[in-house]
Amino acid sequence: MTILTFTLILLGGAFLAGLLGSLTGLGGGVVIIPLLTLGFHTDIRYAIGTALVAAIATSSGSASAYVKEGITNIRLGMFLEIATTTGAVAGALLAVFLPTSLVAVIFGVVLIISAVLSIRPKGNHLETEDKSQWAQQLRLNGHYPTPEGTVDYKVRHVPGGYIMMTVAGVLSGLLGIGSGALKVLAMDNMMRVPFKVSTTTSNFMIGVTAAASAVVYLQRGYIDPGLCFPVVLGVLAGALGGTKILAKANTKWLRIVFSVVITLLALQMMYNGISGKL
Amino acid sequence: MKRLFSKTYWADKDVEILLGTLLRYGVVLSSIVVLAGGAIYLIRHGHELPEYRAFAGPNNRWDNLPAILHGVWLGHGREIIQLGVVMLIGTPIARIIFSVFAFSVEKDYLYIVITLVVLGVITFSMLGGLGG
Repeated sequence: MTILTFTLILLGGAFLAGLLGSLTGLGGGVVIIPLLTLGFHTDIRYAIGTALVAAIATSSGSASAYVKEGITNIRLGMFLEIATTTGAVAGALLAVFLPTSLVAVIFGVVLIISAVLSIRPKGNHLETEDKSQWAQQLRLNGHYPTPEGTVDYKVRHVPGGYIMMTVAGVLSGLLGIGSGALKVLAMDNMMRVPFKVSTTTSNFMIGVTAAASAVVYLQRGYIDPGLCFPVVLGVLAGALGGTKILAKANTKWLRIVFSVVITLLALQMMYNGISGKL
Repeated sequence: MKRLFSKTYWADKDVEILLGTLLRYGVVLSSIVVLAGGAIYLIRHGHELPEYRAFAGPNNRWDNLPAILHGVWLGHGREIIQLGVVMLIGTPIARIIFSVFAFSVEKDYLYIVITLVVLGVITFSMLGGLGG
């Protein structure tokens, strides 16, 4: 296979990854790593670097649409970015010391958790009681527009959310993924932020978190231009297409099918990691 | 409703829209650079064989900015792609720098500090010699 064929096939694969990633809310990056390692037998370090760049591209590309709607809680995002960026730097450092086989196994576990989280029913709760001292002092409480008018919400369990965000940051830096599912879990389940606000704020944070570890990856040679070229362009085009379809389609079944596929890929990654094939 | 007419609400809203636009321009611009570099790379190396099975470690042609810029000056495809990638990584960082100014305009000192801490972590990651 020449570089030309390789690039074209990868471009198509990345397009599909971006499309499915945006339709299911899992992000394009999580599919890129199995695609590169299992499909193209690429070293997992190249795969991680490429996926991280793809995560930055999709996060920045779609953030503009969300912030315009005024749903993103910028203060909450900025405060929690302290946690995710410190975590991401730690994760990128950890990546040097951990054997790639272990990284593959951790990736598989995180992938399965993300898949389960993406099909879990989404309760849209609204916390109106102002109970958290932290949230008051950091002015994290916010409001967002709904068809019925502006709704105020309060944020809770700030230290717990902060710790979970640090973990999400470590995994992002270690595995080259946006770890959007974990960020949403921290805000939605732990901090009781409304689901819509959680997802958009999480997306807003992914780019900054990923950039913190990407600068380390770049110096380490994880980010290869020959792979980034088709993957970044493919994932971006796919994500754009996905948001267009998302407005019309019912994605419930797609989400379930995709989660099953992701789980199978995750198991394959873990098997290859344990048997030393990666 | 009272909040809706307060100054901070609208200031925030303007900032958010500006930030969103900044991010989008960053992505569009970097994609164009990546595409241009990619075209040159394919024309020159499209017939060769890809080699990604074994990790080769850092490549001194594109693991630092001066080398990337030198390659861009010489018209090398992969360095141009990497410049686009660096711009893409720089987009969210630019957003953070911009937020420092935005919070300064609002005289929100707490969030100026918080934003500077985030910027500090990224700067440490960039210049702290973590590349190994």
